Formats: sequence, structure tokens, C-alpha cells
Amino acid sequence: MADKPAKESKSGRLLDIRNLRIEATVYPPGEAPRNVTLVDDVSLTLERGKVLGLIGESGAGKSTIGLSSMGYGRGGVRITGGEVILNGRDILKGGRSGIRKIRGREVCYVAQSAAAAFNPAHQLMDQVVEAALLHGTARRAEAEKRAVTLFRKLGLPDPDNIGRRYPHQVSGGQLQRVMTAMALCSEPDLIVFDEPTTALDVTTQIDVLAAIRDAIRDTGVAALYITHDLAVVAQVADEIMVLRHGKLVEWGGTRQIIKEPRQQYTNALVSVHEIEHQEKKPTDHPFLSVKNVTASYGNGQVKVLKNVSVDIHPGQTLAVVGESGSGKSTLARAITGLLPPMEGSITFGGKELSNALSGRSKEDLRQLQMVYQMADVAMNPRQPVATIIGRPLEFYFGMRGKERDRRVAELLDKIEMGKGFADRYPAELSGGQKQRVCIARALAARPKLIICDEVTSALDPLVANGILKLLLGLQAEEDVAYLFITHDLATVKSIADSIAVMYRGEIVRYGPKSEVLAPPFDPYTDLLLSSVPEMEIGWLDKAIASRRMESAGN
Amino acid sequence: MSSPIVKLILQRLALGVLLLLAVSILIFVGTEILPGDVAQSILGQSATPQSLANLREQLGLDDPAYVRYFRWLGGLLTGDLGNALTSGLPIASAISGRLANTLFLAATAAVIAVPLAILLGLLAVRYRNGPIDKAISAFALASTSFPEFFIGYLLVYFFAVKWQIFPAISTVFDGMSFWERLQAVALPATALTLVVLAHMMRMTRAAILNVMQSAYIETAELKGLRPLEVIRKHAFPNAIAPVVNVVMLNLAYLIVGVVVVEVIFVYPGMGQYLVDHVTKRDVPVVQAVGLIFAAVYIILNIVADIAAIVANPRLRHPK
Repeated sequence: MADKPAKESKSGRLLDIRNLRIEATVYPPGEAPRNVTLVDDVSLTLERGKVLGLIGESGAGKSTIGLSSMGYGRGGVRITGGEVILNGRDILKGGRSGIRKIRGREVCYVAQSAAAAFNPAHQLMDQVVEAALLHGTARRAEAEKRAVTLFRKLGLPDPDNIGRRYPHQVSGGQLQRVMTAMALCSEPDLIVFDEPTTALDVTTQIDVLAAIRDAIRDTGVAALYITHDLAVVAQVADEIMVLRHGKLVEWGGTRQIIKEPRQQYTNALVSVHEIEHQEKKPTDHPFLSVKNVTASYGNGQVKVLKNVSVDIHPGQTLAVVGESGSGKSTLARAITGLLPPMEGSITFGGKELSNALSGRSKEDLRQLQMVYQMADVAMNPRQPVATIIGRPLEFYFGMRGKERDRRVAELLDKIEMGKGFADRYPAELSGGQKQRVCIARALAARPKLIICDEVTSALDPLVANGILKLLLGLQAEEDVAYLFITHDLATVKSIADSIAVMYRGEIVRYGPKSEVLAPPFDPYTDLLLSSVPEMEIGWLDKAIASRRMESAGN
Repeated sequence: MSSPIVKLILQRLALGVLLLLAVSILIFVGTEILPGDVAQSILGQSATPQSLANLREQLGLDDPAYVRYFRWLGGLLTGDLGNALTSGLPIASAISGRLANTLFLAATAAVIAVPLAILLGLLAVRYRNGPIDKAISAFALASTSFPEFFIGYLLVYFFAVKWQIFPAISTVFDGMSFWERLQAVALPATALTLVVLAHMMRMTRAAILNVMQSAYIETAELKGLRPLEVIRKHAFPNAIAPVVNVVMLNLAYLIVGVVVVEVIFVYPGMGQYLVDHVTKRDVPVVQAVGLIFAAVYIILNIVADIAAIVANPRLRHPK
């Protein structure tokens, strides 16, 4: 085609974004609609075959910039200024049909959740070759052959037949690779990777990351790699651009950004995970003992917990780590009585708790509180913060009126939010603030144990850090114990006193933090530990080379 | 076909049979507790007590209710719907012709209305919130809001009286060719189409709009597909289940609920037949027609259920 310059030239400028400005109209409840600027005067250039990492917290405009290279504005977002020059022409001036010719042909997209990004109604192969057929870059047989080659290169099992499967028949990690194959299938010049490994378990992430990196290297495609995880992007990117609130903070070579950050904000991102936490020794009298608990779904058909025993000591934190599907959250459900165990017992303060929720007294219920991963769906959106926090006060202690308000103010103070927040609705809070309100609600019941189920997983690293510090502070003040469920080992190091490692419903390693995290390791713990990305160039190769077992996601 | 899907379908069929049985009991009990006496209404006010008693015995009305129910059910299962009280003729033969007429009219209306509604739904999504969407919605809602008889007389006025394109009275008889029949039902079919169109169109629009929020729609857009292709290829297949459900409900209405239209166009269908015999207190006819209508509803809903099961790739292709 005439409008597509020779792509044989492997060098030269591929993408040149100049003074990009992106706006959206927001409709806040009870106020007049107003325009907000999502991306403000950002410029970047990308050479052919190079990888540029875009990094920042949520709301930094990373995805918005990435999608602008395809002329796409998600959900009413408008590109209102600047130029996006791809292969030597401004795609924003090409009109709708001009942009459609570029999408799926010159630029392809790999989404965060491949599981959601594949159409459940069609076979994978039909979706993988769709763009190539649409743009006429290959005939069907040719495109399918290319797809199978890509499946093989990306390390998918049974590459010849996996295309005949439907999305629900393939695991999340595999789908992410199929999506990468889909992007590569039409042989584009540029691929936008939008947090492609964020939704995966650490042990799966490492394989997918390696597969993506090798595919980029071998095909010579250029990439915009969007993530909030510096350690991940350091493994694939040639250059890194740090963004915040839609503005450029710093742009430089990968080594420079992670080793010698010039901006304070970059520095904060680089050194985010370091919380010192002195381990407390287990006491002789755990207040909660889970003994040989076995639990299952579907009347014993699917056993999700097998003979699990753990102890929780007053004022201490037990961290439960493992991949998704390992039974972490089920353990929490068994302890709270939401999923009554089939076998085994749970002892609380010396007396045995009823396995079923209906057999527990209000006092038993009060002692065990929960905080969830998704703070925004764990709160009634039509209740103000004071009502949300005040509810357990009324329910458990019968507090009313001034007394209740005073206690709510106290709790808001404890979670480092002022009294002004009492009348706000959840929609008016940021992600971190919502999680703080959920913590305050749990704390309001004055429980002995708070079960924290992935409470920091949906938050940006800096915000998550603040939540962890808050939890540690509250533990010191209130002497509350935590059962901390997470897949993130860095978090575990920061907060745990003892650790239980779970794998396929069983506890494979359990003990005080210092012992669990000290060698010699069992194979699974070793895999888990070695899969956590480190902020070091070349870490990925070292980690892959030294692994002793395959992850469960494969 | 894999086993879970076969099992689900068999379950639905068994449930349908059970439901039909339950409905037969309900219909029987319902007509049983209706006020009025059949023998009385046949013989009129001047009947003597003796002739009433004779007729009751002749019709088996003196037997206990459960005996009569099982006699009726047994007859149904052997294809014998009983005799009409008023004419004494077998109901089955009287109904069969009318049922065929009703099904013909319903099918004609459905063949126009269903594809049209889905197409309009797709277009409404493609141009959502724009003038085309609004125009489609306005037309569909207006046509539903007018009462059937109003639309019917409007069609008669223009197409039969003023322009004389189609007959005002839909007379059908044996020996008519297919084309002649089609011409005869043109106006009632159009009236029915206008009545059911909006419901199906709005539901199609809503179901597809719901799917349009999905991440895979974005994937399709980012492949460079045209908007209508995105909707047809990626959104519609995932909206089939709710659309089929509402289509089946409307098909059932086309068969069961067309009394008014039949009366307007003097079309010899089931609805008219039922209404006639309700006024005459002809209980066996009412029972038979009621059961047929119930069966239509149940069968169409089973079809919708099965279509939804088959349309779901998770059930069609288990892990």
C-alpha cells in the first residue's frame, strides 16, 4: 500500500508523538459536567524495533497514551491536541477509515486481562487471524500457519490444536500468550502491551514475561510496554518513561531510571517496597487454631483445602501466600464460617467455634472481621462513610447518636482521615481512602482478628505502602492480629510475623517469617521466591535459568 | 455433542412435560370452579329437572372430578379431545383447521417481525443515541402503543378501502394456493408485526448494548473492524440468549394472543374459536384450547432455554 512506507528498513523513527493532549468530560453527581485533562503535553519518540516502557500509577495516563498510538480513546476520551506520527504520517488526520486501516495492521494491542479481551463465543484461531484477514495481509491458510508458529514460539502447549479451543478452555497465562500471538500475527510495526502480566500470578508472570520479551526480540517489532511495576518493565524495555497525573516526570534509558533516578518521584517508585518490620516470636497460647481443616465446594466434589492447620497469635500477623486457586481465600472463608469445613476444627480463645456460620454467636462474629480486595464493591455506594463505619458500632455495641459519632471520628482519626470525610460517599474517595474506610469498619467491631484478603493488590505501590504502614501502626496500638492473604511476597516480608505457603489447597511451608524465608527451600517456595521480579537488568534470564519446577499455571 | 449439554436439554424436556401435566390439572380445576352448569346452558332456562339430570348423566357430569379428569387426560393422550357440547362434534377435527390457520398467520408475522426487529436492534446499537437510534425507537414504541384494533382499522382504511391492495377480510378456505393465503393474511400479519416489533427490537438493543461494554469489543475495535461488523460478529453472538427469550415470548403471543386481530379481519383462527365457546360455556372446548395454548408457551420457552444452552460455548465445549 502506498501509505505504508517500506517496513524493511529496520531502523529509523517509527512513532513520534508530539505535544499530545487528551481530555475527557466527567459528570460528577450534582455538579455541572466539566472537562478534565488526562494527558497534558506529552511527547515521545520510538525507534523501530525498540521497546519503551510507560510507567506510573493508575490515572497517570499510561494506557491513554498507549491507545492514542492507535487513535483510540477509551470511554469517551478525546484526543484534543498534538500529533501522533506513525510511519511518517499523522494518523489523527486520517479520518475514521484511515485509523481503522492502521489498527490491527500497523499497531496491535495486548490487553491487561486476555481472559476478558477474547470473545467467549469464538474459537481462539478465528480471533487470532481476524486482523490479518481483515487487512488482507495474509490468506487464511497462511495466517493460521503463522499463528501456529507463533503459538510454538510463545511456548503454548499443543500449538497445532490450541487454536480450536475457546477462551474459557485455556488458562489465564496461556491466554495472555495467545493474545501476544494475536498481536504478532498481522506482523505489525508496533505493539502496545497494556499491563500484560499484571493480572497473572508471579509464577506465571515470569514465563509470560519471558515469552513476550523473546517474541519482541525475535520479530523485531517495536513496543510500548505499559505497567505500574518498574521491576517488570526493567526486564523488557530499552527506555523508560515515568508519568504522573498525565504529565512526563522523567524519560531515560532503563539503567539510568532504575539505578540513577533524577526525579524524586521516580526515586519513590524505585524504592517503594522497603518497610522494616521486626518479627514477633510466636507465643505459647495462640488464640485461634485451625486444626486439620478440609473444605470443599459442591458437596465434597472439589476439595479446595486439604488438612490445613495454622495458629494465629495475639497481636501478630500470619501471612498466607500462594497463587490464585491455592486455597488462600477459602481458608479465610472456612475460618469465618462462610464455607463450613467438612472436617477439622477451629478453636477460638480456648473454645471450639461452630463450623457453620449459623451456629456462631454475635460475640464470635464480632471477634473476626474481614477486609476485602475490592474496597469499592465492599461498601454500600449509597451510604456515607459515617454510616458505613457506624454500622458495626450500632450492631455490636448498640451505640447511638453522639456516642457513635464520637467513636466514628476517633476511627477516622486512626486511619489518618479527617472528620471531613464522615459525610462523603464512597464514590468521592480514592482507592486508598476506600480501603482505609474498610479497615476502619473492621476495626470498629474491636475484633481480635482482622482477615485481610489481598487488601493491597488493587492499589498502586505507593498507596499500598501507605496501607501496610497503617495496618502495622494499628496493630501496635490496638493489639489486633491479622490473617494477611496475599500473592505478593514483597508485602509479606513487610508485614508478617509468621508465614504459611499454600499450594493446591495444602500448606507446603509454615513457620516464623525468618525460618520460612531462609534456605533450604522446598521447590514451590523456591519457585515463588525466585519469581518475584527484582529491579535489576538481566534478572529475568537468571531467574528462568535457576528454576527448579514449573508453575501451576502451565 | 457432549454429555452435560444433552443432560441439560433432557432436563428441560422432562420439566416441560411435568409443567404441561400441572397446567392440565390447573385448567381442569379452573373450569371446574367456574360458576354455571353446562347442562343448564345447553338446555336453556325452560329445561325440566328430569331432562337436566338425563343430560348430566349422558355427559358424565355426575362422576367425581378426578374420574372426569383422568378420562379427559386419557383422551388427550390418545388424540381425542372430546366432543364440543354445543355442536356435539369432535373438537379435534374442528380445531385442526383453525390451528393451522393460526400458525400460518403467526408464522407469516414472525418471518417479517423477527429479522426486522433484530436488524433494527443492531442498527439502533450501531447509531446509538443518535438520530437513527431515536427514530427507530420512536417508530417501534409508537407502533406498540397504538391498540391492535386501531392499527388494524388503520390498515384496513388505507390498504383495503382507499388503495384496494389487500382484502379487508381475511377469508381463507381449503384449496387456496399459498400465494392467495399470503395475500389474505397480509393485513393481519402486518398489524401483528407492528405490535410485537418494539419489544423484540428494544430487547435486542439492550442486550447488545450490555455486551458492548465488554473488553472483547474493544479488542475487535482495535483490530480495525467496522462498527457494524463489531456488533454483528462480536457483540450479537453473546447476546443471543436474552434475544431468543424475548423472541419466543413474542412468538407465543402471536399464536395465543391474537383474538382482537382475528376478530377485526374475521380470520378463522384459534382465538375466535376460543372466545365463541367461552361465551357458550362449552367447557371441553375451552379446556382443549387452553391446553394447546399452554403447550405452545411451554414448548417455545423450552426452545428458548435450549437455544440459550446451545449458544453458550462454556456448555457446548466443557473444559
